[in-house]
Amino acid sequence: MTAKSETEVSVFVDGVLRYFDTTVQQTADCGTPYLALNDSPEISDYTGMIRISGRRDGVVCFTAPRTMLCVMLMRMQETDMSHDNLCDLVGEIANTLSGNARRDFGPQFKISVPSVVHGRSNAVPYPPNARPIVIPITWRTYHARLVVCLN
Amino acid sequence: MPTTHTPRLSLSQGSLHRLMVVDDSNIIRRRIERVQDLPEIEFVGAARNGREALEMHRQLRPTLVTMDLTMPEMDGGDCVARLVERDPQILILVISALADKMTAIDAIEKGARGFLCKPFTDRQLNNALRKLIE
Repeated sequence: MTAKSETEVSVFVDGVLRYFDTTVQQTADCGTPYLALNDSPEISDYTGMIRISGRRDGVVCFTAPRTMLCVMLMRMQETDMSHDNLCDLVGEIANTLSGNARRDFGPQFKISVPSVVHGRSNAVPYPPNARPIVIPITWRTYHARLVVCLN
Repeated sequence: MPTTHTPRLSLSQGSLHRLMVVDDSNIIRRRIERVQDLPEIEFVGAARNGREALEMHRQLRPTLVTMDLTMPEMDGGDCVARLVERDPQILILVISALADKMTAIDAIEKGARGFLCKPFTDRQLNNALRKLIE
């Protein structure tokens, strides 16, 4: 990873930590980010995707298991654990982490409304020739990932 | 579905603010409704995007609005401008993940009265609403 991409990754790591501290009021841990070995890193039960355009082009994804999202909703005092609300949550997390990155990347880092993939067998449309960077996230006993893939 | 509530108090009872929440996330809409606990504020309804908010504004006549920015159909920036055009006294708090200064300045220039960045705590939300209505 280059120094530039390390700096960019640290923006997203800070965003993840801030999100968990603020929203579920419990600290999450981010593991060592790594470059994905293949073009499309494995995804979990629910994946929220934000398309990035403007000065940068790419995708930011937050992917997490169903149980983790349910516990997050409980911590937020939300009683509706429906499929729609789980989709809503992963989309909102991806949106928040991408939007917060504009603090460092500026207003030319344009973000789309979220889209959501349900199921582990689906593929995320990463831009060609870009290597996704995977940020492992541990919260309580659960494991999620933030995947940042920017040209 | 958009939600509407019948206020417990009427506007004639003084300083009551009628709150409409606009956000494409159901979780955020419900959270703002649940968490806001100022006695001067009555939740009257929630909309999923700017277009829906403009339609609901005619019916609900909110005096206070929380507004997301990145939404489908009509984004929050356009909706802020349209609402302020209709009602220059309306109090709009933009609540967005877009954390750069230009976004906040742009929202204020369009007529928003405050800006709260996502993610937010319950206390931060209530402080921002209190500051707006004082």
